[in-house]
Amino acid sequence: MGGRWIDRLGTAAVAAVPLLVLIAFFLYPVGGMVARGFWPGGSFHPGGVWDVLERSRVHRVLWFTVWTAGLATALAVVLGVPVAFVLHRLSFPGQGLLRTLIVVPFVMPTVVAGVAFRELIAASGPLGGLHLDGTPTAIVAALVFFNVSVVVRTVGSFWEGLDRRTEEAAAALGASPLRVFGTITLPALLPSIASAASVVFLFCSTSFGIVLTLGGLRYANVETEIYQLTTQELDLQGAAALSVLQIVVITGLLVLSHRARRGSPALSRQARPGRRPRWRDTAVIAWSFLVVAMLMTPLATLVEESLRSPDGWTLANYRALQTTGSDDALLVTASSALRNSFVIAVQAAGIALVLGVIVSYLVSRRPRTGAARRLTGLFDGVFMLPLGVSAVTLGFGFLITLDRPPLDLRTSELLIPIAQAMVALPLVVRTVAPVLTSIDPRQREAAASLGAGPLRVLAVVDLPHAWRAVLASIGFAFAVSLGEFGATSFLARDDSPTLPVVIYDLIGHPGAANFGMAMAGSVVLAAATGAAMLMVDRFRVASVGAF
Amino acid sequence: MTGLAVRDLTVRFGSTTAVDAVDLEVPGGSVTAVLGPSGSGKSTLLRAVAGLEAPASGSVAYAGVDLDRVPVHRRGFALMFQDGQLFAHQSVARNVGYPLRLRHRPASEITARVSSLLDLVGLAGFEDRSPATLSGGERQRVALARSLAVEPRMLLLDEPLSALDAGLRERLAADLAAILRAAGTTTLLVTHDHEEAFAIADRIVLMREGRVVQGGTLDDVWRAPADAWAARFLGYAVVLDGGPARRLRDLVDPAATWASVALRRSAIQLQDGGPLSGTVLAARVGPEQVRLELEVDGLGRIEGVADPGHRVQAGDRVALGVVPDRLAALPGPA
Repeated sequence: MGGRWIDRLGTAAVAAVPLLVLIAFFLYPVGGMVARGFWPGGSFHPGGVWDVLERSRVHRVLWFTVWTAGLATALAVVLGVPVAFVLHRLSFPGQGLLRTLIVVPFVMPTVVAGVAFRELIAASGPLGGLHLDGTPTAIVAALVFFNVSVVVRTVGSFWEGLDRRTEEAAAALGASPLRVFGTITLPALLPSIASAASVVFLFCSTSFGIVLTLGGLRYANVETEIYQLTTQELDLQGAAALSVLQIVVITGLLVLSHRARRGSPALSRQARPGRRPRWRDTAVIAWSFLVVAMLMTPLATLVEESLRSPDGWTLANYRALQTTGSDDALLVTASSALRNSFVIAVQAAGIALVLGVIVSYLVSRRPRTGAARRLTGLFDGVFMLPLGVSAVTLGFGFLITLDRPPLDLRTSELLIPIAQAMVALPLVVRTVAPVLTSIDPRQREAAASLGAGPLRVLAVVDLPHAWRAVLASIGFAFAVSLGEFGATSFLARDDSPTLPVVIYDLIGHPGAANFGMAMAGSVVLAAATGAAMLMVDRFRVASVGAF
Repeated sequence: MTGLAVRDLTVRFGSTTAVDAVDLEVPGGSVTAVLGPSGSGKSTLLRAVAGLEAPASGSVAYAGVDLDRVPVHRRGFALMFQDGQLFAHQSVARNVGYPLRLRHRPASEITARVSSLLDLVGLAGFEDRSPATLSGGERQRVALARSLAVEPRMLLLDEPLSALDAGLRERLAADLAAILRAAGTTTLLVTHDHEEAFAIADRIVLMREGRVVQGGTLDDVWRAPADAWAARFLGYAVVLDGGPARRLRDLVDPAATWASVALRRSAIQLQDGGPLSGTVLAARVGPEQVRLELEVDGLGRIEGVADPGHRVQAGDRVALGVVPDRLAALPGPA
């Protein structure tokens, strides 16, 4: 009996580390931000929050958030599901490249994507004729651009694990390929489609950088509205009200996505090779190439613009990264901002990795008692919260709560890395935990019965399965941190900004030179995140970018 | 002709040849088992017949019609896997009715047919159960009912009983044999278990490394295994050649010329005053007979049996007799 208590205490101690970090650097700042709204001027006044939700401007913002996110989600599913089939059920030369390209947009810094889309649809851009500049269509297109990969990876990795023989049995019973898809494959895929759709909706409805760069002053979603209210209008009550609403809706979505995931088979570990394409696959393969081409177009435009100046082709924009821009738009050079971004991203990835691996380890155990299972589920869910809580809320929360005892981190170098680590943490968990969960628990039992202690079991059973996922998650966290903008934009000091912040500053300044420099900076940032994802992709971990 | 005819069929995966120039016939109404160890290409052969694998060369024809350009779903076969592959999101009734719905049969007919099929496989009243709540044997029965629903021209069974435990396997094998005979369905079955093949099939084809070793009725194959490997795979306990084989031949049939012979366990029996003698190495009492391990003088280590009444133990010297119809002469040396 004593042994079991020691076990439980040990588990509790291990769980306490990430939990304390989450409380101190996520729940406390977000809570502090929310409290500002409910206690305006120090006295409890919840009615004010309700009043905010009655404003017609807020209704407009909410409606805009819901319909853009809903439409973008639907489009991402329609575009992504055929691609998931082509990339995960077939096998053909060049497939690896397509798989890598499809995840690149997901880790693109939002600012970069925003800038790229603006260029694409600007009056002078390749799609200028469509007059999409400043329209919601542009915003929806950019949201789709980001999230197609989530659908492809989530549905694809699930699809890979489906037993083909079920479909074969249906075909042998007389079902045509279309019938097989409609009656067997699609119903089996629905949980993963629902899971992907709820996560995509969540990402779309909390998108910040995209709406800020493309929406201008005319269009705002909840996230940019929170930003507007906090930084421009100093209406903390309004911001808090929107934050609370967002947290409630997002918790609901996370629960929904968790439900959809539950009851679906665990990730299949031996990825079976897909079949060779047949003639009747031509249409879906063409569709996939088209989708990838569409995803690459904004990035290609970005590269082209970065090499252009009013006088023709040039590398001047890249050379300008060594400067502070024309009219001293910046306090430091863009290249030093890049260095800064790098250091911060390494630190953030490190923090996210340590915490994420601990959380993954804990949520991958399958406790026997119902109470312990529910506790594990809750634990899992709490660490998914940063996925949906407004990065703006988080960033502003850091600013107003971590500036005095007990946690005075105003001058700490670690403030930004910690904030970014909170953003990347759920992604690490979603990459590593499915792999750990997929290990047959009897393997651990077999090792233990042969005399391996708990640490030995970890080294012999878990590590060989999970090391690829762990390495992949480092790269993933690094890439996400490198491009993080929402929280960082609040926390970065003017004399040590990150590259995304610098890019945003540059496009806000007048002058072709500054604009060209922003393009060059975007290309560099995109290349860095793309390279990190290329490294990640080499580990061939199906759970990367899948939810 | 009626039934299936496979001619010179070859299936390759990259550089490996899974099925190598196989000829196979399944006469209409017969139950033919392809028996082979894992990796012998038998499942690939079955999948090629179903249309799930494209052959590199050769042909598959049914009732004289070449099926090369006929896709899986138009072949009119039904395929049943080791683990049934029931559709998890559909009830038992919807699973069984699936092929009927594909053919747009009226709902009332489907309901009636489903219930009579479930009756046939011994699962009357299981309509509303979910596949997840069924035992392995029940799942296989549902899969069988689903396969039989539209009276397929041919039933393809991929190790239909292998996933079940021994007692259940035996019972279900007998049921399966009876159901197939009652339905008169032409059936091709692949399995690695000779007991399963003998319990269900009336014709058998032995496969090894992608090639057909031997084929014929159960009796033909069982009586005359093509070689030592075939004999062992068919369940013969031991194969003798050289001196021991000659000694045994002189004993049972001095006129014969074979040089190698396969023995079933029951070929050597404890028999007072029998022509052979030997030492008991081990004796294990079973429900119907005592299983012996023997060192037979002049023959070497062989398994044998004794009636349960005999009290023998390791170390005993015993007299042994040979039961000639439990031997199978093999062509050529082993």
